[in-house]
Amino acid sequence: MSKVAYVKRYTGFLTMTMVCLTILYAPLIIVAIYSFNSSPSIIVWEGLSLHWYWDVFFGIESGKFKTAAWNSLSIAVMASLTSTTIATAAAIGILRGRAFRGRNLSFMLISMPIMVPEIVTAVATLIFFSAIGFVLGYSSILVAHIVFCIPFAYLPIAARLRGIEPVFEEAALDLYASRGQLFRHVIFPMLLPGILAGLLLAFIVSLDDFIITNFVKGAGIETLPTAIFGAVKQGIKPNIMALSTIMLLVSIVCVTLSYLLSRVGSHGGRE
Amino acid sequence: MKRVLCTFVLVLFATASAAQEKISIYHWFEYIPQELLDKFSEETGIEVVMDTYDSNETLLSTLKGGKLGSYDVAVPGDYMVKILISEGMLDEIMPGELANFGNIQPQWVDVDFDPGRKHSIPYQWGTTNFSVNRDAYTGDIRTTAILFDPPEVLRGKINVLDSRGELLALASLHLGIPQCTSDREQLQALDDLVQGAKQHWASFNSAGAKEVLVSGEAWVGMIWNGFAAKARAEGANIEYSYPREGMIAWMDNVVLLKDAPNRASGIKFLDFLLEPENSAAVTNYARYSSGIAGVEALLDEELLSQPEAVPPADAPSGTFVEVCDPEVDKVYDQIWTRLKQ
Amino acid sequence: MATEIGRDDGQAAGAFDPLKYWLILPAWLVIGFFLLAPICLVLVFSFLTKEFRGGVIWEFSLAAYDQFLFDRGLFGDEPPRIQWTYIEVFGRSIFQAGMATLLCLVIGFPTAFYIATRPRRVRAVWLFLVTVPYWVNLLIRTVSMKFLLRDSGPLNEFLLFVGVVDEPLGIVNTGLAVQLGLFYSYLPFMVLPIFATVERYDFALSEAAADLYADRWTVLRKILLPIVAPGIVAGSILVFVPSLGAFLAPDMLGGAKNFMIGSLIDEQFNGNAGNWPFGSAASMILLSLVLVALFFYARQTGRQGRA
Repeated sequence: MSKVAYVKRYTGFLTMTMVCLTILYAPLIIVAIYSFNSSPSIIVWEGLSLHWYWDVFFGIESGKFKTAAWNSLSIAVMASLTSTTIATAAAIGILRGRAFRGRNLSFMLISMPIMVPEIVTAVATLIFFSAIGFVLGYSSILVAHIVFCIPFAYLPIAARLRGIEPVFEEAALDLYASRGQLFRHVIFPMLLPGILAGLLLAFIVSLDDFIITNFVKGAGIETLPTAIFGAVKQGIKPNIMALSTIMLLVSIVCVTLSYLLSRVGSHGGRE
Repeated sequence: MKRVLCTFVLVLFATASAAQEKISIYHWFEYIPQELLDKFSEETGIEVVMDTYDSNETLLSTLKGGKLGSYDVAVPGDYMVKILISEGMLDEIMPGELANFGNIQPQWVDVDFDPGRKHSIPYQWGTTNFSVNRDAYTGDIRTTAILFDPPEVLRGKINVLDSRGELLALASLHLGIPQCTSDREQLQALDDLVQGAKQHWASFNSAGAKEVLVSGEAWVGMIWNGFAAKARAEGANIEYSYPREGMIAWMDNVVLLKDAPNRASGIKFLDFLLEPENSAAVTNYARYSSGIAGVEALLDEELLSQPEAVPPADAPSGTFVEVCDPEVDKVYDQIWTRLKQ
Repeated sequence: MATEIGRDDGQAAGAFDPLKYWLILPAWLVIGFFLLAPICLVLVFSFLTKEFRGGVIWEFSLAAYDQFLFDRGLFGDEPPRIQWTYIEVFGRSIFQAGMATLLCLVIGFPTAFYIATRPRRVRAVWLFLVTVPYWVNLLIRTVSMKFLLRDSGPLNEFLLFVGVVDEPLGIVNTGLAVQLGLFYSYLPFMVLPIFATVERYDFALSEAAADLYADRWTVLRKILLPIVAPGIVAGSILVFVPSLGAFLAPDMLGGAKNFMIGSLIDEQFNGNAGNWPFGSAASMILLSLVLVALFFYARQTGRQGRA
């Protein structure tokens, strides 16, 4: 016991972990604190207030942020649903079919959006859209998001599918289940935690994207990240800090939910 | 569950493509107050969407990069109007199309960048110089050497505008050479000057030009006069310089872009901005000077006496940025590219 | 992540075998049409002619690569010399990405190790704590970092108040700020793979070594490190690759002197340079760098897989 402790305990590692957590959390916490500052300046502290939260929802710029939030949200919902559907089909095709020639190529193609640097994807999409005369706007953002969300949706789905033994399918087939029934009643329920995790991952990745969106957005269309970037270029304002804090909370709620979901999911899998 | 989801997605698609009379504006940042845009929407029922840019050159390259055809109006500066006309990127405003055309101040009707105002209407005008933090530096600031050959204390605390036209024009004034010179030695000197000064510059930042002065991140900032006034109003102890070597003057103009998707809305917007009351609202917000007659009575009083708008008696008159011919412009392009990387 | 996707389990063929092409087809179509084809188009664009004042002309030209490699003087009529500016931008990007990777490693390794050696129940909570910030919008994280580090920001205020420094540390607009920003952006990519390998590591090996009177650090260096090396390599690649083409951290925290590839490319499309062929050429060069890094990584893991 003491020996195990001996080789597992290194002086300084706990300190480093604390340093790590401090660097990770300090900026977010500080911004959250300053978002309650009543002063319009970000330098002076003038006392607690919810003014800037009011400003985000009802202030002069609120319309812009609301539209941007709606764009972000609707694009994320549609992109994650579409990409998760495509990824689920691809995962079943790749992992539940006999090995074939294009299989490795398919892996590579699906992982391409992760491998290619984001800025290159952004450039490529912009050039492509302008070359084929696709007018930049809401739909160009949506299409670009669907593309780069696919691998993020694919990963958890494929991981889950690998964990499901083919015996279930074989048993169902033995009982003369049709392919549709097999998917609906056997694979889908077992795959569901993976699908949900993929959906959530794709959703967050879509909400998060700035670079690609910034390249392919059309006239007058903003998502929350591009709207915030535009505002921050002129300096960090307290209303941006309030908005950031709201988004921070939303992210934390999302991650916590997915964390709990994955725990439920993994229990379900073991039963 | 599935049906709910389907309906939700359908609703999303439907709202995404909902149609309404619209106008799509491409405008300088932090220039036109949101209240004024809201007022326009209220009066005309036209929905306003606006994107912003932070230099004339960005406006040009964005439009050339495929965004022409998605905006109705834009707000280029004087020399950029000339370039956009020569590139055939502006629509023509027919005589009589603008009900308020007569409101233009007479001296701004026949300008050399758009004789007779066939493509543009005047918006706001001002100057481009630099402001210096008076807590950090108390010496003489009325020289462009503050930017191009800065005293020791100010080095590394300088922000310049990310704007090719204005920066190279100011550098030319510093050297005392004509703009758009085709003389190789002078061009070489211009390149040497900015290359040598670059090491003292902390950033090329137009959008943050006010913020870096207010926050103290920079002690010297090349800046437009109204923006400098706003920085001072936000608490920066800065003074706007009127260098003896000369200063840049400019006029921004509202133009109707070629292939505008909502041309009629664009015309309405131009007419709207020609009304003294609305032009004054822009001036009061951005703190430049309006090119529309009849705004004087509607302006904030302090605007008339602000040091950023009233040059000292001995200040040289402003110089407009010139459009170089293609050969020289390519060299300018080269100087700028070398400077930025 | 790369290994996850590349894993080929060859599971038993099931009912879906006849449909497999149809099932994969949508993914092929969407990614092939909207990513693979566009990237090929970027290659084409990098060989086109730049139009005066922005835009492209469909005419073959090597001008973009020429501009990247050769300096022909201000007037374009001098004999070509090697153009160092863009090579420097790439070199700087590689350096910054490397430093960020090192920073992630120095802080991430002890963290991953510490977490992996906690009791199983607490482990998940620790891991959760480390990954939560990653799910916060990258832009917001970068902005927060900038807010904290500014000359008149909370960090400097605090240091001045405590009296550690006499004047604000000028961190913003330095390479350090960029590295911190990149660290903040991609840390979990380092922690997770290392955690996974340390967690699987059998500490009996360490005990055995300790029994033979190896001291703690020798055990760490000679026994543990070689075994968890794949995790370290994976983590380093996963941090290095996105750092190389990062845009937000260098753009917001770096200032004019820390120009990186991401900003160079962005400037050609969104800034006032408007040189699409040059931006395309820079993109292709960046992409080749990344592919080289990934290739070495794949070879490394391939070799380990066989061993």
